[in-house]
Amino acid sequence: MNMTYRAMLGATVALTLAGAALAETTITVATVNNGDMIRMQGLMDDFYAKHPDIKVDWVTLEENVLRQKVTTDIATKGGQFDVMTIGTYEAPIWGKQGWLVSLNDLPADYDVDDLLPAIRGGLTVDGNLVAAPFYGESSMVMYRTDLMEKAGLTMPEAPTWAFIKDAAAAMTDKDAEIYGICLRGKAGWGENMAFLTAMSNSFGAKWFDADWKPQFDQQPWKDTLNFYLDLMNNYGPPGASSNGFNENLALFQQGKCGMWIDATVAASFVTNAKESTVADKVGFALAPDNGLGKRGNWLWAWNLGIPAGSQKIDAAKTFVAWATSKEYLALVAEKEGWANVPPGTRSSLYANPEYQKVPFAKMTLDSINAADPTHPTVDEVPYVGVQFVAIPEFQGLGTMVGQLFSAALAGSSSADDALAQAQAAVTQEMTRAGYIK
Amino acid sequence: MARKSSAGKTAAVTIAAWTIGFLIFFPILWIIILSFKTEGDAIKSPLAVLTSGWTLHSYAEVQERSNYALHFWNSVVLSLGSTVLALVIAIPAAWAMAFVPGKRTKDLLMWMLSTKMMPAVGVLVPMYLLFRDLGLLDSRAGLTVVLTLINLPIVVWMLYTYFKEIPGEILEAARMDGANLRSEILYILTPMAVPGIASTLLLNIILAWNEAFWTLQLTTKAAAPLTQFIASYSSPEGLFYAKLSAASTMAIAPILILGWFSQKQLVRGLTFGAVK
Repeated sequence: MNMTYRAMLGATVALTLAGAALAETTITVATVNNGDMIRMQGLMDDFYAKHPDIKVDWVTLEENVLRQKVTTDIATKGGQFDVMTIGTYEAPIWGKQGWLVSLNDLPADYDVDDLLPAIRGGLTVDGNLVAAPFYGESSMVMYRTDLMEKAGLTMPEAPTWAFIKDAAAAMTDKDAEIYGICLRGKAGWGENMAFLTAMSNSFGAKWFDADWKPQFDQQPWKDTLNFYLDLMNNYGPPGASSNGFNENLALFQQGKCGMWIDATVAASFVTNAKESTVADKVGFALAPDNGLGKRGNWLWAWNLGIPAGSQKIDAAKTFVAWATSKEYLALVAEKEGWANVPPGTRSSLYANPEYQKVPFAKMTLDSINAADPTHPTVDEVPYVGVQFVAIPEFQGLGTMVGQLFSAALAGSSSADDALAQAQAAVTQEMTRAGYIK
Repeated sequence: MARKSSAGKTAAVTIAAWTIGFLIFFPILWIIILSFKTEGDAIKSPLAVLTSGWTLHSYAEVQERSNYALHFWNSVVLSLGSTVLALVIAIPAAWAMAFVPGKRTKDLLMWMLSTKMMPAVGVLVPMYLLFRDLGLLDSRAGLTVVLTLINLPIVVWMLYTYFKEIPGEILEAARMDGANLRSEILYILTPMAVPGIASTLLLNIILAWNEAFWTLQLTTKAAAPLTQFIASYSSPEGLFYAKLSAASTMAIAPILILGWFSQKQLVRGLTFGAVK
């Protein structure tokens, strides 16, 4: 009797322990709706085969909705998400607040040293890797090789702004609805201001001086904005003040743009024959410069971070390590082809001879390497970030200035007025926020 | 002659009404058209969009990627639940304001309406903290209460306007016949105000169905309604217009059908009392 009782008790304990070992941990991942993230959701079988004890619930949202939602959740320690997709703007700010779990203890085979230095640098706060990059991008010139040839010009690998202007003039044929250049005009800190801030770096402009005093009243910003307006008003498409990435992508794919300077990720779209009418006529070049030592390209990455409030940190780390690993890149290459591998995160990808055959691979890497978020401008500045300033106030400031510049492009104000208003508004906000004493 | 001129006027008004109606409906029509196109065709010029082939591909992909049934069910529960709850609170409140007004009734009504003027994002963090502490994040119960509260001022106002049109003498007569308060509201007032209540109900369902701030902020998965279903297909980097249109069509179709079938009731309710 006693033996039977003990045996039953032992079996119960063993079963309970086994059950606990097999218990499934469900993690919730918040992410943006872009091609790479959707592709990953279709490749989850590989993760489940390796980690049958972890289940992943996806919450996919539009970028701005996601940003607001995860910011609220992480700031209030709401605990709704175990993994968040965050940009290079949020990562250093949230990392400084202690809101993100350090990823310094990822397994050795993760090979953290393989991450591209420019990208890794933007995600490291006080020696801690606070998010792991899923894909990285810069910006570059995408141009129509046939129109360039017709204009009798040859695009250099590293063009100047003066060449871009000449080429835009030569390629424009408004009667045939072909516009020499398509650039962002839609207002927003991540829309026109991403482009204009990066462009201003190459003109020697900066948002703030060492004392956080706004610099919109200085000559380099006047040169930047006047050059941009001149380019767009003469050679840009009509209604450009409402054009963002998607609108310009549609125009380029329909053959209406001679050149388009935008995210390197666009290269895979414009060379995709299924969607682009000019897929076989696209060339790539570095973003332009003015000979001042800085190019007009930005640096951005979508990264996976774990909020400090998560109750499932171990499972979340396992997922992050898988999603940003070398093995995942190989998995995408095997299932979807090399052109669809998430770009811009690992050196080993660019050393791979197969990946080197992808037409935009080299230019993407060169563009990423040409950006330096810690020294973004010609002069020294007190902030980090190429196309943004990594301070919490920038989202509001960037959008406010973006609206003023977008209005100047729409013709409802002059460049001088827009700059004067930007100077006054940003000075007021920075004083209120305590940066200007 | 007069008849001819009157017929001409009617025709002109009819054409104008149809034109305005078409212009208002056009964006929705365009979404529906794009949802039956490939991503490549969806970004072409309007004429090329109309002449290109038709496909159900986007619907198939959306169906495969998302749990439409769950989002749909959440939308139904949230909009119906919040509407019923709002009516239960608003009918007695509107009765009191319409038939036994106090000195401050008008001020009270204005104050209720003024709460609608505050930007929702202003109370996002306190609301989020409350929901977190009460364990209501991503729950249908919590969101039902929020939707009830944000639509309550409009519901009370609409019902108050309808109730004001009902002669108080009828209620007095009922009271003299021995009807208590409950019977008065349930058997006299409510049946007389049915068109008004019905239109309030329909309008509130539409408002709750379309609410896209709190439903996005306070839910993640389990309680997420169709607004989140649409938001998951919008992308600033990548042209997914056909899929976004398919998701939007699937999200608005139920409320569009409801609106179509109940338009008579809706119009009758909204113009109730206007000609008196």
